[in-house]
Amino acid sequence: MTEYLLILVATVFVNNIVMVKILGLCPFMGVSKKLEASIGMGMATTFVLTLASGASYLINEYLLGPELSYLTTLSFIVVIAGIVQFTEMVIQKTSPVLHQVLGIYLPLITTNCAVLGIPLLNVQANHNFMESIFFGMGGALGFTLVMVLFAGMRERMEGADVPGIFKGSAIAMITAGLMSLAFMGFSGLIK
Amino acid sequence: MLEALLVMSLIALALGAVLGYSAIKFRVEGNPLADKVDALLPQTQCGQCGYPGCRPYADAIVSGEADINLCPPGGEEGIQKLADLLGVEFKPFGAGAEPKPKAVAFIDENTCIGCTLCLQACPVDAIMGAAKQMHTIIASECTGCELCVAPCPVDCISMVTISENVENWKWKYPVYALKSVPPETTSRTPV
Repeated sequence: MTEYLLILVATVFVNNIVMVKILGLCPFMGVSKKLEASIGMGMATTFVLTLASGASYLINEYLLGPELSYLTTLSFIVVIAGIVQFTEMVIQKTSPVLHQVLGIYLPLITTNCAVLGIPLLNVQANHNFMESIFFGMGGALGFTLVMVLFAGMRERMEGADVPGIFKGSAIAMITAGLMSLAFMGFSGLIK
Repeated sequence: MLEALLVMSLIALALGAVLGYSAIKFRVEGNPLADKVDALLPQTQCGQCGYPGCRPYADAIVSGEADINLCPPGGEEGIQKLADLLGVEFKPFGAGAEPKPKAVAFIDENTCIGCTLCLQACPVDAIMGAAKQMHTIIASECTGCELCVAPCPVDCISMVTISENVENWKWKYPVYALKSVPPETTSRTPV
């Protein structure tokens, strides 16, 4: 149990997928204008990423093996695209408002590099099935955490007196950079 | 080579089966978001928004054709509810679409010829009468939509504004006025 907890802490804080590995920046900048939308995006990504890391482990272990390892990226992309389609159907059925709010960013989870990156990192690190799932879930939870924090800050910045040339994306980029610096403080938390 | 082809086709087939099944399982009947928008509209079917009724207006809002500030009977409160549901900013009424003072239709019974044209126009069945008989308005049912004014061939229908008097006056909803703060004071306050 401890090792799973360690994987979670490591992926959420120490090796945060957005702030430390700098993956998945498109939804991070795109869907962080409103807090509710960012929570919805985080949940959708968590669902996709957890399923995708489990499924991609099974495919890599039982279908591909070492002799077909050149197919990993290709087959992972296919699986992720399928899971995202499935998630979109589920969200449209269960929460039409969230579906409307997320809009184009929902199918774009397919091209979120964090979602492809984590299964590939799983293969690289030789994780077993449970480790893969926890690594995927931790990465997605880290993504959600950063999205929510960033959306909260952006909502507050709407009311702040920002100098004219920094308004909009510029100040958002600076904030993201400062957040990334803050997350460097977690490195060395786990040896 | 053949093995690689087989593996990829197997993955594609499996995903296709899952997606095909879930497309049937999670099929969305109609448009659930339009249902929710429709439930917030006042259902006066008055057509003041430029659409034939509340349901067509709800569909137009969801598809992005219409703005949320076109419904005078719903009032500003209605716009606020729509803005909350759809996660967009509140928009005040545009020019010409402001809610008029509350009014009911009044039929001048001396001129009425009993043609029943206004009966067919009334969306809420607030006009009583029969062919060749004098018609009259049931004031408590009338929503003041003015749809009966145009069809009347003898122009016997007029809108009577209901002025506030001792009988129908009631306490206003509490409103807290927002004061605008000059920017110098906000930038100096410590955050």
